[in-house]
Amino acid sequence: MDLLLVAIFSPLVLALAMVLGLPKALARSLAYVGFALPAVISIVLWCQYGAAAKESTYAFLTSYDTGLAKLGINLTLGLNGISMPLFVMAGIVGLAAGLFALQSKAERLNTYVVLLLIMQGGLMGVFASVDVFFFYFFHELALIPTFIMVGIWGGRDRNYAAMKMTIYLTIGAMLSLIGLIAIYYKSGAQTFDMIALREAVLTEGLSTVAQQYIFGLLMFGFGILVSLWPLHTWAPLGYGAAPSSVAMLHAGVLKKFGLYGLIQIALPLLPQGASHWVLILASLGVVGNVLIIGIVAIAQRDLKQLIGYSSVMHMGYAFLGVACISVMGSGGVVFMMVAHGFSAALLFLLATSIHHRTETFDLDEMGGLVKHAPVLAAFFVAATLASIGLPGFANFWGELTIFVAAWTQFKWLTVIAIGGVVISAIYGLRATAKVFFGPQTEAFDKVLAEKPATDLTWSERLPALILLVSLLALGFWPKMMSEPINDSITEIYTAAEAIVPQDVARN
Amino acid sequence: MSTELLQQAAANNHWGAIAPELLVGCLALLLLVLEIVLPKARHEIIPSVAIVGLLGIIGGFVMNYHSGFIDQTTFNGLLRHTGTGQFMRLFFLLAATGVSVLGVVALKRQVMPKVEFFTITLVVTGAMMLLSQSNHFVMLFVALETITVGFYVLVSYTRTNPLSLEAGLKYLIMGALSSGILLFGIALLYGVAGSQALTASTTDPMNFDALRIFLYANPDNVIAAIGIVLVLSGVAFKIGAVPFQIWIPDVYQGAPTPVTAFLAIASKAAGFAILLTLVTVFDGYQSLVVTVLSVMAMATIIFGNLAALTQHNVKRLIGLSGVSHAGYLMIGVIAAIHVPFAVGAICFYLFAYMLASLAVFGVMTHLAGDDDADQDLDHYTDLAKTHPFLGTVLGVGLGSLAGIPPLAGFMGKLLVFLAAFEAGLYPLLGVAVLGVIISIYYYFGWIKAAFFPQWRPPVMEGDDPIPEPTHQPVSTAAGIVLATAALASIILGFYQGPIGQWLGLG
Repeated sequence: MDLLLVAIFSPLVLALAMVLGLPKALARSLAYVGFALPAVISIVLWCQYGAAAKESTYAFLTSYDTGLAKLGINLTLGLNGISMPLFVMAGIVGLAAGLFALQSKAERLNTYVVLLLIMQGGLMGVFASVDVFFFYFFHELALIPTFIMVGIWGGRDRNYAAMKMTIYLTIGAMLSLIGLIAIYYKSGAQTFDMIALREAVLTEGLSTVAQQYIFGLLMFGFGILVSLWPLHTWAPLGYGAAPSSVAMLHAGVLKKFGLYGLIQIALPLLPQGASHWVLILASLGVVGNVLIIGIVAIAQRDLKQLIGYSSVMHMGYAFLGVACISVMGSGGVVFMMVAHGFSAALLFLLATSIHHRTETFDLDEMGGLVKHAPVLAAFFVAATLASIGLPGFANFWGELTIFVAAWTQFKWLTVIAIGGVVISAIYGLRATAKVFFGPQTEAFDKVLAEKPATDLTWSERLPALILLVSLLALGFWPKMMSEPINDSITEIYTAAEAIVPQDVARN
Repeated sequence: MSTELLQQAAANNHWGAIAPELLVGCLALLLLVLEIVLPKARHEIIPSVAIVGLLGIIGGFVMNYHSGFIDQTTFNGLLRHTGTGQFMRLFFLLAATGVSVLGVVALKRQVMPKVEFFTITLVVTGAMMLLSQSNHFVMLFVALETITVGFYVLVSYTRTNPLSLEAGLKYLIMGALSSGILLFGIALLYGVAGSQALTASTTDPMNFDALRIFLYANPDNVIAAIGIVLVLSGVAFKIGAVPFQIWIPDVYQGAPTPVTAFLAIASKAAGFAILLTLVTVFDGYQSLVVTVLSVMAMATIIFGNLAALTQHNVKRLIGLSGVSHAGYLMIGVIAAIHVPFAVGAICFYLFAYMLASLAVFGVMTHLAGDDDADQDLDHYTDLAKTHPFLGTVLGVGLGSLAGIPPLAGFMGKLLVFLAAFEAGLYPLLGVAVLGVIISIYYYFGWIKAAFFPQWRPPVMEGDDPIPEPTHQPVSTAAGIVLATAALASIILGFYQGPIGQWLGLG
């Protein structure tokens, strides 16, 4: 049995069954399976990956004909060193988000779970697809429930936020779709299969001009989806309004789609086009995302918006890493994507837990929560430190690798980026201090009088623990992820270096 | 012509080739007979007879799908049976079935004759099926007029509603104008192609094959060029392309909802079926045809989307959004000149559009109040909560129309875009992408109205309480049609299997 297919379609089939009228109690308990199965499968496949990857570039490769084979569209599934870590991360974060959603008291919980299951199926599909078309397809499948969930279960400004997210992300998705179609034709391969595309590019190569146009399309298309400054404005607003599980899955996993696309598709297929754009990409990422958004984050008073801005800011490091076009740079980005997936999800989860106790996201109305919820405080401090990039947490290795890789190419930008660590320390620690320490505010006193604050319950603690353990495990033993990442990227990028553009070859 | 010659010609006709059309015609007559024969109390079974009859014809048609007549001309060159034609016949039969079921739902509420609707629908369907296979201007025009005259009646069916009458009048005037334009174009082409002074002149200038050869031999004839532009304009009226879209919002609003659905789905598809045929006939004037269609396509996409942005009446909204769909499809038609699989892409697009439209119009039919023309976005507030089934179907239908993966509408758009890219139509592609992005706004607005919790003014003392919108209960037949349309939209997004193979894509 093809485990990848099971991981993608078990949540989707379950969601369909729930729509068609599965009894509510049964559906609720089956939903645990729907979230757990992809996570378990992803870890099982991770354990088998080392042996399976020795034979070919892609492990667990299978292909299904869906009826468009003549156009070169097949449901081809497989994992390589770039997609495997993200696939595992998607599974684990999905499980945490699912557990957190199932214990929540959301209105119309069944519909909420259905949409979340669809999202989870799409996320697993994004990283398991070797076919570029399905890579895009599954991304959109996961994206649509996001809009609906923000609109229905969102917090303040949900209608505006949902609309803004929809329009921005649709523009980004359409731009990248056109870029992908352009690769499909201009490479001469007339297929969306990633392996065949790479081979076609190796033998024929795209002309430099075509590469430049296509990379530009992909850079801005994917860039909007990853919240590249100045096209990021949907992100803090959207995350601020999104219900916690949605913010966890979107900021943690789905947003990585764009970076993954740049590393897996754009850089290896369009190396010359990329070198034309990298300085712009690195500058926007470092000056825009890291510096400007970092300063904006310092000024935030709303905890959830702050986490949203911090998530946008960290994408700047990723853009810097992508701009290196090197094995080390891209490897660092992949590692950072995994780490950021865990830490961003953890922060959004804890923010909601805080909100349950303080009834507000306003930092000025909070204070002294540590006395009532010490475990929550411990988790939040750990998550903040991870997000800043302290050694011992996975984020540290990702950021460090990116800085080392970028130093040789962009000295000044690297200096600014390293300065960004200080900025994130300022706003992260300030938020922690305001929420948990310091004197209790009057507003909080009033809330406490009505509803005494409890510590983190086990149904909240379990998903948080899953994420924190993942962060620490990767922080202390990065080798278990970094080796496959390194092998695959080295192989793909060395091949890409040998590409001679069509027009150069002719002269 | 002597009687003998006529008899000889008649003997060569393969009546079996148009058996489905004949059966549809007979079914229409049967309904009329039943109306006379049956006592008035039993008249309510007549619509069921129409629907069951249509399903029977569909079943027989699917079983004989690969009939022996494909790629042949019959009736002395009046008809040419092609793979695309076969697909379109099935398309019209399915559309008619769906529309008939919606008709039952909508007519229940009105004090109106209940039988003629189905008879006329069947006659129009038969004419559409013939139209998609026509190979001769006489056939084309007769079929097209049968459709148009049928729609004159259908559009003004609710004759007690002034808006419906207004719509009927507008459709009549605009339809007559467009028929005139089309006929004038045909006459010009007939005149030049039959003129013996020109090379390759023919004795049967209305025959597409002969006309095609003539146009190839005379690539610079001004009169032929004018004729081509006029014929294309006449067709553009049917598909609602700019600048012949002017009738759409009013007619769509005034017509009874099932008729609007029929107009949006089948009438548009019929226009594209002949457009695809005509593009090959006018091959000799390719650059002219491409220019005219490109300008129309761009204007259609931009106008349709921008005009739909500000609509609050859902019937006008879906009408104008349908205009933009016509624009995307025209891009496919232009691509089809160079890229063979574009024809399959258009068929898939139309099929996905039919499923999505049936879903959306089905929900609209159930939500319509006593005044069918008054259907506002506000009537959809909290639909997902009060009626989850209709809400889900509406969401799937709108998502598919907007072209959101994983729904069938996205696959249709993707296939058309792929074809356009291969044909190198980059500016058109750019406009289309822009159009899709704009369209997200209004489709999403509709979804927002139905799904997202809305603020409602509190009821003050002394105010009349806001009347709760009354939804028609969903009958079994309508439920099956809606569920099928929604499920098929989802499944076709993931798995195109047999349909992809029919269309030569898989």
